[in-house]
Amino acid sequence: MTSDSPGWLGRLRRGRSGPRSRVRRRVGSVVRLTLALTLAGGVYIVFAPGLAGAKDTPQLSTAAEEGKALFNQSCITCHGPNAQGVEGRGPSLIGVGAASVEFQVGTGRMPMARQEAQAERKPPVFTDEQTRQLAQYIQELGGGPQVPSGDLRAPESDEEAIARGGNLFRINCSSCHAFGGGGGALSSGKYAPGLGEATDQQIYAAMLTGPQNMPVFGDNQLTPEQKKEIISYIQEALKQDRDPGGWGLGRFGPVTEGLAIFLVGIVALVFASLWIAGKS
Amino acid sequence: MKRRKIDVRAIPAKSAGALDDRFQAATPLRSLLNKVFPDHWSFLLGEIALFSFIVLLLTGTFLTFFYEPSLQTVTYDGSYTPLRGTHMSAAYASSLDLSFDVRGGLIMRQMHHWAALTFMAAIVVHMFRIFFTGAFRKPRETNWIIGSLLFWIGFLAGFTGYSLPDDALSGTGLRIASAIMLSIPVIGSWVTTSIFDGEFPGHVIMGRFYIAHVLLIPGILLALIAVHVGLVFKQKHTQWPGPGRTEHNVVGERMFPRYAIKQGGFFMIVFGVIALMGGLFQINPIWLFGPYEAFTVSAASQPDWYVMFLDGSTRLFPAWEIRFDLFGWGDGYTIPPIFWPTVVLPGVLTMLPLAYPFIEARLTKDKKAHNLLQRPRDVPARTALGAMAIMFWLVLTLSGGNDVIADKFHISLNAMTWAGRIGLLILPPIAYYVTYRICLGLQQHDREVLAHGVETGIIKRLPDGRFIEVHQPLAPVDEHGHGELDYAGWVVPKKMNRLGALGPAIKGFFYPIEKPAEAPVSPGHPPVSPIEPARREEISK
Ligand code: HEC
Ligand code: HEC
Ligand code: HEM
Repeated sequence: MTSDSPGWLGRLRRGRSGPRSRVRRRVGSVVRLTLALTLAGGVYIVFAPGLAGAKDTPQLSTAAEEGKALFNQSCITCHGPNAQGVEGRGPSLIGVGAASVEFQVGTGRMPMARQEAQAERKPPVFTDEQTRQLAQYIQELGGGPQVPSGDLRAPESDEEAIARGGNLFRINCSSCHAFGGGGGALSSGKYAPGLGEATDQQIYAAMLTGPQNMPVFGDNQLTPEQKKEIISYIQEALKQDRDPGGWGLGRFGPVTEGLAIFLVGIVALVFASLWIAGKS
Repeated sequence: MKRRKIDVRAIPAKSAGALDDRFQAATPLRSLLNKVFPDHWSFLLGEIALFSFIVLLLTGTFLTFFYEPSLQTVTYDGSYTPLRGTHMSAAYASSLDLSFDVRGGLIMRQMHHWAALTFMAAIVVHMFRIFFTGAFRKPRETNWIIGSLLFWIGFLAGFTGYSLPDDALSGTGLRIASAIMLSIPVIGSWVTTSIFDGEFPGHVIMGRFYIAHVLLIPGILLALIAVHVGLVFKQKHTQWPGPGRTEHNVVGERMFPRYAIKQGGFFMIVFGVIALMGGLFQINPIWLFGPYEAFTVSAASQPDWYVMFLDGSTRLFPAWEIRFDLFGWGDGYTIPPIFWPTVVLPGVLTMLPLAYPFIEARLTKDKKAHNLLQRPRDVPARTALGAMAIMFWLVLTLSGGNDVIADKFHISLNAMTWAGRIGLLILPPIAYYVTYRICLGLQQHDREVLAHGVETGIIKRLPDGRFIEVHQPLAPVDEHGHGELDYAGWVVPKKMNRLGALGPAIKGFFYPIEKPAEAPVSPGHPPVSPIEPARREEISK
């Protein structure tokens, strides 16, 4: 590096505006990731010469081929050819794994309709079958986390699993998704959605991939067993809780309770006093 | 032996006579039972507070039979499966048992909590009525001060109660309270360690809060309410100005039987509304919050509504930290930002209202005693000031729930915070101005009716082609057709049926309950009374 270059870089940095630099960071990480992957792939090829040649034009399974076709139709405008990403539109999907695709497409977040603060849950565009094909394509393209197959709940024989899951939920999730799973606000118009509609698989995938502003809960933070306990708690305790105390007021906590005391309690009592005072 | 005849009908009189011989109760009792209370719906707001306090005492006593104020760790094995096997404090476990394993426990818990919210809401609404009608003026300043203290002691009662279940929500509240106490300069750490007996949360806090909540605070409340209501008896109730009502009399219903029966009925209504809410609306689902652990803070963790304005002020206040260097000694001294919105602000909000009756008397140079109320429109400055205060409080309270509002209405949380900051500064003055103008407008309309009479809805065409609306004057008119009534601060009839011209409105809430009797009296001049009787005369209808 010449002695010039830091100044040159610095000037370039200063010239860039705030939001662009985020994109740059993203692009930077994509570049780094690609480099790392290429390197890893290279090392792999050296040690497994039989697979040489699979790097550039990966041999896709039939499902993945179908997925690729779907991808090239619906996703390529934002995520680019071979899911390499398009600057300013969509990130690279190399290495995000089948879990991320199943979550994003299965909850209807992708394909994204327009650029907004946060891709929202909406009715999914693709069938389960197509979603799996898309996921398979991205998985074979760059690897990454996958939701394990089979039952995603804690075994029913384990009676305290739900209690443990509840504890983990309150520690790890309730700060954003709220005690009742109703969701909550994050900064600048972003929010953690309610968990009412999420399926077992989507909850697992959400933890595994950490969509957007949600942190990733990798297997070293929450073991697969713990993830299943959390899912059991959300699906069997939170969603099955029939609010033994009556109408749950949306489970928003004291805010709606305060509203109720004025709109129902005080209004009723003021009417009662109007009525009683009018009697003679 | 001759059988003595017992005259059954004479028993009450005889036994009452026998009692009076011994206790001399008749004279004081008569004056009590004959006491006259003016009748107006807004005079019943204080009773809502009184009656919900009684409900609080009843339901609270039930809860004490089962609640265990201990922070001892136990393993839950009650009937709520999603928590079975969880380690928690005995306090939380006993609250869960109350909710799930004690018959009727959940509705009692919920009624207790709803009654607490009703109590505080009724105090505030009652206070509004006292303020806007000028009922706090001499000689009732003492009762105004007692009332304000009742609010703050009710606030403490609510906060200690909210902390007792030891779920994650109440623990979070307690944690914030300890942070607030710590922020007080110089004495903060001493206050906190004395209350918690060391570091938060310690082991004694539940026992202390329990005694405070079930014994000390209710005792103080009871004593203050007794003095408060006693003073209302002694000073007699205020009344609205109107025909036959002066500064020196009270027009209304006798305590016995009419007023007492109405009050009995009203108590049952209050009880019924609280019971309905307790049975229909779930409040504070502690089983969802889970046991308190320092690292669990759920989204939408809010205090009850009467504390929410402090939460709001904390959210809105900029993070200004004040550092003192102490001339290089030690690490210097820091006043954390939380001190201003949660210690200084409530301090000001306590002291200003306490002093308000005296401030107003001083500004208006009004040293007289007042038994007649003022209509809010007739004192625009005070009414506008009240509206301004309410707006200030409303912005703070809404900001206390701004994360929930932001989430449910899809507004950015940052935008909510800034809206709160700006709103807190500009909305109260706007409320002042608008209220002031509305008061003047209402006054103006009253004066118009006094001068020209009530609109009849009859349009007349004059020979020259002009159209005029015929007005019904309220009193004899001069040669210009203008009434001669002075503005007296009374209710001015605005509709024909209030005048008797169309027959009085039929009484009844949903359907007619009474035959239309005589029309309400139309106003004349306030009667002048040259002699000033020392005591207010009581007149019952
Ligand atoms: C309008 C542009 C757009 C379209 C079309 C689109 N995406 Fe995206 N996608 C984005 C953006 C922007 C992000 C990153 C921000 C986010 O997650 O919302 C993203 C994120 C993702 C992620 C998460 C990446 C990660 O880091 O975990 C996946 C997976 C994904 N998209 C898959 C798809 C698939 C599959 C399709 C086609 C069915 C698709 N997207 C269509 C814009 C788009
Ligand atoms: C820092 C806050 C945060 C935490 C902590 C968090 N989440 Fe999320 N979660 C989010 C956000 C933000 C989204 C929305 C992501 C999106 O729209 O792409 C989300 C989305 C989800 C979804 C998808 C919901 C739907 O209906 O589409 C699930 C399921 C979910 N989270 C589960 C969890 C679980 C389980 C945990 C605890 C292990 C957790 N989250 C912890 C912020 C969080
Ligand atoms: C525990 C809470 C309270 C209870 C149980 C209570 C009860 C009552 C009752 C029953 C009355 C008589 C009827 C009426 O005018 O409503 C009354 C009057 C009064 N209250 Fe309260 N009150 C409470 C709180 C307050 C508060 C917060 C204030 C004001 C800060 C207040 C100020 C007054 C005053 C000044 C009167 C005399 C009104 C008059 O004579 O017109 N009270 N209260």
